[in-house]
Parts: sequence; C-alpha cells; structure tokens
Amino acid sequence: MQGATDTGGGPILELDGLTVALPKGGDRGNAIDGVSFSVGRGEIVCVVGESGSGKSVTAQAVMGLLPKGQLAVTGGSIKLEGREIAGIAQPELRRLRGQRMSMIFQEPMTALNPVERVGEQIGEVLEIHTPLSAAERRQKVLDIMAAVHLPDPASMIDAFPHQLSGGQRQRVMIAAALVLDPVLLIADEPTTALDVTTQAQILKLVAEMQARRGTGVLFITHDFGVVAEIAHRVVVMQHGRVVEIGSRDEIISRPREPYTQMLIRSVPSLHPPDRKPNASTVALSTNKLCKTYSSGGFLAGKRRVVKAAADVTIDVRRGETVGIVGESGSGKTTVARCIARLIHPTSGTIRIGDVDVATLPERRLRPHRKHVQIVFQDPYRSLNPRRTVGASIIEGPVNFGLATADAIRRARDLMQLVGLQPDALDRFPHQFSGGQRQRIAIARALAMEPKLLIADEAVSALDVSVQAQVLALLDDVRARFDLAILFITHDLRVAAQICDRIAVMQNGVVVEAGPTTEIFAAPKHPYTHALFAAAPGRGVRFGDGLEAVS
Amino acid sequence: MSAYILRRLLAAIPVMAIVAVLVFLMLRLTPSDPAAIIAGDFANDQQIAEIRSKLGLDQPILTQFLIWIGNMLQGDFGESFFYKKQVAQLIVERLEPTISLSLLAIVLTVSIAVPLGTLAAYKQGSWIDRFVMGFSVIGFSLPVFVVGYLLIYLLAVKLDWFPVQGYQYLADGFGGWLHRLILPALTLAIVFVALIARMTRTSVLEVLHEDYIRTARAKGQSELKVLVRHALANAAVPILTVIGLTFATLIGGVVVTESVYTLPGLGLLTVDAVLARDYPTIQAVILLFSLAYVLVNLLVDVAYTLFDPRIRY
Repeated sequence: MQGATDTGGGPILELDGLTVALPKGGDRGNAIDGVSFSVGRGEIVCVVGESGSGKSVTAQAVMGLLPKGQLAVTGGSIKLEGREIAGIAQPELRRLRGQRMSMIFQEPMTALNPVERVGEQIGEVLEIHTPLSAAERRQKVLDIMAAVHLPDPASMIDAFPHQLSGGQRQRVMIAAALVLDPVLLIADEPTTALDVTTQAQILKLVAEMQARRGTGVLFITHDFGVVAEIAHRVVVMQHGRVVEIGSRDEIISRPREPYTQMLIRSVPSLHPPDRKPNASTVALSTNKLCKTYSSGGFLAGKRRVVKAAADVTIDVRRGETVGIVGESGSGKTTVARCIARLIHPTSGTIRIGDVDVATLPERRLRPHRKHVQIVFQDPYRSLNPRRTVGASIIEGPVNFGLATADAIRRARDLMQLVGLQPDALDRFPHQFSGGQRQRIAIARALAMEPKLLIADEAVSALDVSVQAQVLALLDDVRARFDLAILFITHDLRVAAQICDRIAVMQNGVVVEAGPTTEIFAAPKHPYTHALFAAAPGRGVRFGDGLEAVS
Repeated sequence: MSAYILRRLLAAIPVMAIVAVLVFLMLRLTPSDPAAIIAGDFANDQQIAEIRSKLGLDQPILTQFLIWIGNMLQGDFGESFFYKKQVAQLIVERLEPTISLSLLAIVLTVSIAVPLGTLAAYKQGSWIDRFVMGFSVIGFSLPVFVVGYLLIYLLAVKLDWFPVQGYQYLADGFGGWLHRLILPALTLAIVFVALIARMTRTSVLEVLHEDYIRTARAKGQSELKVLVRHALANAAVPILTVIGLTFATLIGGVVVTESVYTLPGLGLLTVDAVLARDYPTIQAVILLFSLAYVLVNLLVDVAYTLFDPRIRY
C-alpha cells in the first residue's frame, strides 16, 4: 500500500516549534511543546503516541479548532503551502478549512449531523466555499460519493446518517473532506471506532484517494498496525513533544529512542506462543445458549426478531483463558452478559461448576453471582465516581456476609497483588489513570473469589504499553488463582497473546473454535480468514531490528 | 404513522373518561349548592328545593352522572345553570379570544426564548448568559397576575401605549386585535420565555459539545450557520417536548390572564362558572382543556418526526 512520495515544491505543511499552552493548574505547562515536523505533497505522515501525548492537539492547532478559551497556540509556526497560518484571523482560517485543508474524525457515528441528509452535509462544503448552483453541487456530491465507493450514490445521497453503517459514514466524512481537493487531509484516528474489516477498507480508501489526488495526509493513530499499513513517515510523540521522526521501516523495525522501542515492544504479536493443553475441571460450560430479541408485535407494526446469540456452546476450564473474538454485532458481549446473567438467556444451559444458572430465578441465582465476575471495557465509567475504590472493592464481599474488617484486609492484599499501593484504597477513581483503574476493576472482581472471570474488551480502551501490563496481570492472576477467564475481544493481537483457545463469532454464531495456535496457523472458516486478512500490520515484524541496535 | 395517530387517539378515550369522572365527583363533593346560589339570598328552603329538582340535582349522583354522559355522547353538553344557554354555544362564543391569546403567547415565546437561549449557550458564562439565567429565575417565580398588573401599570397606565383591558374580535380588524392582545399575550408569555429560554440554553449547550459541530467548523462553516443549521436543528426535540409539557401551565395562565385583562374567553368563563357553581359549564370546559392537552402532546410527538428523521412511528 506504499505510494510514491513526492515532496516536490516544498512541504505542504510545516510545523516549527509549535507550542500550545494548557490552562493554569494542568499537569504540565504545555499541551504540546516545540513540535516540529513536516508533511510533503502526496505523503502520509503518521503521528503516533499514547493518550495525552498531544497528537490530537497538534491536529486541532493546525485546523484552528482548538477549544476556545482553553487552549491556544502560544509559540512557533504553522505553514500551509508556505504560508503562515498560526494566529491568522478566523474568517481567513474558515476559508482554508474545507478548501485547502480538511479533517476527518474518530467517531463516524457522531461526527455527522444526525438530522441532515448526508448529501447535504457533503454539499455543505461546496455551499460554503463555491458559488455552484444547487444542481451543480448535487452532481459534484454524486461524483465524490462514487469516488469513495459508496454504494448507489443516487439513492444514498438523500439518506440520513443513521441509515448508514459505520464504514459508510466514514466514507461520507472522507467524501466531504476531499470534495474540494484540499492539499492536506488530517485524519484523527479515523479507523479506531471501526471493525477490523471495515478499518482495512477505509485505510485502503485513504491511501487510494491520497495517491490519486496527491493529497498530503497527517494521520493520527495509536495503533502501530495501522502505521505499518499506511505510513510513509512516522512522528512519535510523548508528553507533548516529538520523540522521534523516521521512515516507516526505521520506526517499526529499528527505532532509536528508548520510548519508541518500548512502544514497539509492547505491540502484541499476531503469533501466539505455544501453550500447554489444559486438563483441569471445567469451570464454565454453556450448551446451545441462545438469546433472541424481538420488537414490535401487538399494534406496533411488523414483528422483528434478532438472534443476538444462537446455539453458543463454549467451555472454559480452570486455569484457562478462552477468547471470544468477533466484530461489533457478532454477539460476543451478549454471550458474556448471558453467562453473567446480566441479561436472561432465551434458551440453553449455563453451567458454573455443576449448577445450571441459565434459568434460575433471581432469588435463587444470587448465591451463585459471586462465582462469575466481570471486568468491563471502560475503566472510566465502570467504577462509581462518588465512592472510594476501597468501598467499591469491599461492597461485594460484605454483601455476601464477610465482616468489613476482613473485607478490607482482603482488599489491601488484592491492591498489592494488582500492583497498587494498599493505602490508595481511600482514594477516589478520578485520582487514578486508566490503567490503574482497570487494575482496581480486576481487584474488585477478584475480591469476590470468583470461579470465572469475564474480561469484556478489558484492555481495548488502554494505551498499548499499559495494555501489555494489564494483560500480564490477567495472566498472572489466572495462574495464581487457577482462575477460568473468558476473554471477549475484537483484537486479534491481544487474543493471540493471552488466549489458550478461541471461539470466533459472527452474527451470533460461533463459526470456528479451537486452540489459539491452531486457528492462527490454519484458519478454516472463510470469515476467520477475512478477519486475519484485515488485521493491520499482518506480516510485519515489529521491532525485528531492535536486537541489532540495542 | 396514521396507525400510530389512531392508537394515540384511542388511548385518549380512557384518559378523557377518567377526567370526566374526576371533574364530576369533585364538583359534587365540594360543599356548595348551585341551587342556593341561583335562588339568591332571600329564597326559602322550598324554592331552593324546587330549583334543585328542576336542575336534576336531587337525583342520586350515579343517575346524574349517567344522564350527563348519555347526553354528551349524543352531543348535548347541557344547559348552563347561570347563563341559561347551551354550554356548547357558550364555548363556541368564547373560543376565539382564548385561541388568539394562546397562539400569540406561543409565537411570542418561541421568537423570544429560542434566540435568547441559543445566544446564552453560545456565550456561556458571559453577561448575556447571566442576564438570561437571571431573567429566567425572575420570570419563573413571578405569578402571572403580578406580571399582568405590573405591565398594565407601566405600559398601559403610565405610558398609555396599550389599552388596560378588553378584547377586539379579529373580524373587526387585525390591528386593533393585535394592539389589544399584545399585553395579555406578553403577560402570559413571560413565564414560558423563562422556561423555554433555559431549556434551549441547556440543550444547545449539550449539542455544542457534539462531534458534528466540530465537523461543521472543520468544513469552514460560519459560527451563525453552525448554531442554526447544526446546533439548533438538533436541540429542537427537547425544546418541543417542553412546549408540549408546559401546555397545562399555559391553560392555567390563560385563566388568570383573561381575568386580569377581562378578555371574554374560556378562562374568564371558567372563573365565572366556578363562582356560580355552574356545573355543566365547568365540566364541559375542563373536559375541553384536557382534550386540548392530549391533542397538543400528540401534535408534539408527531412534530418530532419533522425535526428528527430517526424518530419514526
């Protein structure tokens, strides 16, 4: 997917010592500090960094879209096509936005106005910047919609965003961004919220449009797989500063700076390590588990039935991690919630130990609830912000009759186990980072001494270096407590590293299941094939040149 | 859509039935006697009893109720005790001032409150925001009759811009109609301006943080268009909801405003009917108000689909 790099005529974007101050009282003085790099004509430059590295602030500063009254450019220069644009008046900036430089965003679900037809939203750019008539605009919108491979532009032009899929919406965003052929496209994590197969298509589209139109692309991402797919050059940022700049191959295989080396080493490999077969007792087994949702019916139009999970049969042994891998809508979270009995399964059995909990009424289910605990995806929302983390951890055990003093003692031990200070029990969730909160969530789950731990996308919201640590922690507690772990993820790299066995789900059905090593070595089902083919950076060995350097 | 509207209309039937029972019982359970009021201070017990039997008030309550319901189902709302006229005719005569007042008040409200609230949201924390918020608290806390007399004192008595009271029918000229109606409508509107300006501010503020606002700015759109085309269009649904829900308050306001400005509408009719214990009139007017409330909220729900394509019935 490497296009030709053509920097003839000087760079189209040049940042020199760009500095953006944070409001007083922040954790550091500047959001970005002395950032210098350039984007050439027809070049894709990836800016990589973990959360808080300042990569999005850099993009917003270029577009002149920094949140008013909070952030402002305080130093350095931004040159677009050789012209200084830092500090120019808003009306002039507005003329450039959409016309010479444009931007696409992370969340295609929310980045489009939900009450306006997509054609009008693409045409809005033309309306603002050109004197074209309504008919001419419509024609141009149809053309660009076809160019970004939206199906049936003639009818889709009048659709509303909610009638489109996530990938289609991102294509609409790209169409709006490129309709006036800007010289610079800024893409802020444009594929992060998309499924892996959709992500592959969008990456391909960005590269195709860039190659065909010679657009310079500033591509912001946290995902080294994406970098490997698309970048010509890479800028690595940390704490608001540029750490390292290099070509794609330099950064991916032979990074010079220790920080970059650490990041590259943290990228989970797509090659699963060998794992010993597990012959312990079965902790969880489901048989033909089904969950159907129906809507409509009586007086409310046509009845619709959706099979969120159909005939799912899975078992997890003690001391074993079993992954459920799938894209959004595949039913993997539905299965997890049924097993935890957060929702009621429609049919089938769920055996925890030797009790079938699938049909137990709430009153008789309650004693069994402690055996299954969940760690959720978003550590910022899964802890009650008004309670100390200690209170959150001991709540469950105390509900099950443990004396408060004993529960606190157990909580202190667990905090130590997950790598946090026991004294931190008195603090509130907002005083911890995302990774620390996820450790607390794991401690909270372990406090119940469960037989089965469900990790529902538990590392998906974490930066890659933190992700590696939390994965190591999960593996450690699995071994230490001989715990059964059901690991729900959309991320093949993560699944490869932590799961003994995996089940691949699509449209509510398990299409393929088996030992991780076997499935990764020789996937049988076409869908599994497609998933693997779409995984960004497959076939790239991250850090393969590192040993030679260090 | 039409199936949805039909379902909602069918659902209104039990609501109206419950309202009918409640109104009927409440009137019968209040300690007063319409016959005694009609008979006057110097009537003896026998005269009162005669009137009572003429009005049918000596029948058992259940019988009275069944007769009333039976007549209504045939389109007969009965004869007013006080005005000696058919209640239906009475209501029709009083309809125009009330509808005029309510519509003008709503038009005034929306055209003042929505821009004000949007501006306050856009300039969050500025003096204009604080002014709108302060005004909201005051407008909200002042009783309608206080606002009415204050406006009369200032704009009618002191400045002599508007007449103190009275109504001119639309058929006698639009100018005079508007001139006489603007003060009452403003009186009625103030509390709603306060409420809807606040609601607009809140929902526009929320929408301004949405990603598509950032997208619009990234396209180079002007701030005014960002506000109107993207922010306000998305904030419309909650604003509409509040307008529907506060319709009950509007009816209450209409009663007070019409009394303050002696507008010959349904509000004034209600007050007079209550004072005269004119059971048939009170019952019919309250049923009408309830029906209006149900219909307005149905209208609001249907109007959602105009503002938000995701809502389908």
